Amino acid sequence: MSNSFRLSLSVNGEPIDALVDPAKTLLEVLREDLQLTGTKHGCELGECGACAVLVDGQPVLSCLALAVECGGRSVTTIEGIAAGDELHPLQDAMADLGGSQCGYCSPGIIVTAKALLDREPNPTREQIKEALSGNLCRCTGYLQIVEAVESAVQKLQTKVAAGLQPRATK
Amino acid sequence: MLRLPSFKYYAPASVEEAVDILGQSPETMMIVAGGTDVLPNMKRGQWKPKTLVGLRGIRELAVMMPGPGGSRIIGAGTTLSTLVGDELLQKNVRGLWQAAAQVATPHLRNMATIGGNLCLDTRCTYYDQSEEWRKAIGYCMKKDGSTCWVATSSKRCLAVSSTDTAPMLLALGAKVTLVSASGSRDVAVDDFYNNDGMSYLTKRADELLTSVSLPNLRGWTTSYWKLRRRGSFDFPVGAAAIALKLDGGVVEHARIALGAVASRPLLSEKASALLIGQKLTDEAIAAAAAAAYDIAKPMDNTDFELVWRKKMVKSLVTSALREARGDDMRAKRLSLARQIL
Repeated sequence: MSNSFRLSLSVNGEPIDALVDPAKTLLEVLREDLQLTGTKHGCELGECGACAVLVDGQPVLSCLALAVECGGRSVTTIEGIAAGDELHPLQDAMADLGGSQCGYCSPGIIVTAKALLDREPNPTREQIKEALSGNLCRCTGYLQIVEAVESAVQKLQTKVAAGLQPRATK
Repeated sequence: MLRLPSFKYYAPASVEEAVDILGQSPETMMIVAGGTDVLPNMKRGQWKPKTLVGLRGIRELAVMMPGPGGSRIIGAGTTLSTLVGDELLQKNVRGLWQAAAQVATPHLRNMATIGGNLCLDTRCTYYDQSEEWRKAIGYCMKKDGSTCWVATSSKRCLAVSSTDTAPMLLALGAKVTLVSASGSRDVAVDDFYNNDGMSYLTKRADELLTSVSLPNLRGWTTSYWKLRRRGSFDFPVGAAAIALKLDGGVVEHARIALGAVASRPLLSEKASALLIGQKLTDEAIAAAAAAAYDIAKPMDNTDFELVWRKKMVKSLVTSALREARGDDMRAKRLSLARQIL
């Protein structure tokens, strides 16, 4: 692979060093080289949000990001959302409230919602809908997803009040 | 699975380095910034560059700064999210902020750049399809075929201009700076486009769009209204962009531009001229909207029925002008854009 590039980045807090073909997307490197298959292949054209991951805290579509352009970046996938064995409140709430049905869109939705809550710990329903407007779901009709995010907001605030969770910084 | 075809990749660290690379063999190269237009097109086989020149590492492209005489320079690599998050832009150049905020989705705006949105490939029902789909119809004029399926007797490609920021920048009287190994030139947004779905940019292949320059817009009121099916994702299928300078309620200067009704953003000189010296009465607004309607030429190349799209031009221009007049258009905005703008 004479045209390969050396890629150093952080994925879910772990430093990664790899040789990548420039024609590989971040999605392909995550799933095929790093075996992080939680991030899903959807339309692969930027039309569904299933492949969303966070790059430096911002939701982006990994199907349209060249891996070689992610050098030095910090990538968070759905595998990096839970704290050890303890699910993130967004994951709990999505499961409890039917926000995740077939589940295919859930990884993209959860990381996108996490980016919103990191930026805005107490979002309005409109802000939640706007933040998730790039994630398609064909099962839920969206209401359960929005309610799950609102429920996670409550859980996170309870944890913050009890000193179990650091306060989000804007 | 849709994979990218292989290509050689360059990551220049400066504009100078980028244009040197581009100058070597521009016809085999393409520029990629955010990747949200180039990469889907490559996955569908519409574009097959041998080499991609990635701009992500060029810091000087991602700056916003004041320019001479109250102008404002926006680096071409500025992401649409950065524009949407810019409170000064939201307050002072609201139309551009509204245009940027309605592009695609939050994820895509985090990646996509204003330079990329200006260079966005024209779109068409017969073109934005998989290789297999296009092969099945014998391809089209824009890529690998000879017939424009939108109007089979057409001598030119009728793909539609689908950029949101270009009509607004056209209404604002903005300029773009193009740099090549042989020098740089400033081009008015009006002169940056051809009304041709294939050769839609006047930019040469060896030129790099480095920045957008907004004139001094003190005292101007701006507004952008977009028509699309869904409240996110969709490209415009009609749009109105207006910039007005009012003096005591009387229109001193006006520029009205339309998006997604031709292969380029269109300036309606007649609609603009009709408003000069007028107060923004319902009658003056209706006359300007009717003049804008006259030049709109939507074709059957995208979502929605073309006669309705043309009719909607009147409504979009009317809404934009009413918003500029100070009418409370929030409910209408929300019903059309499903966003608070």
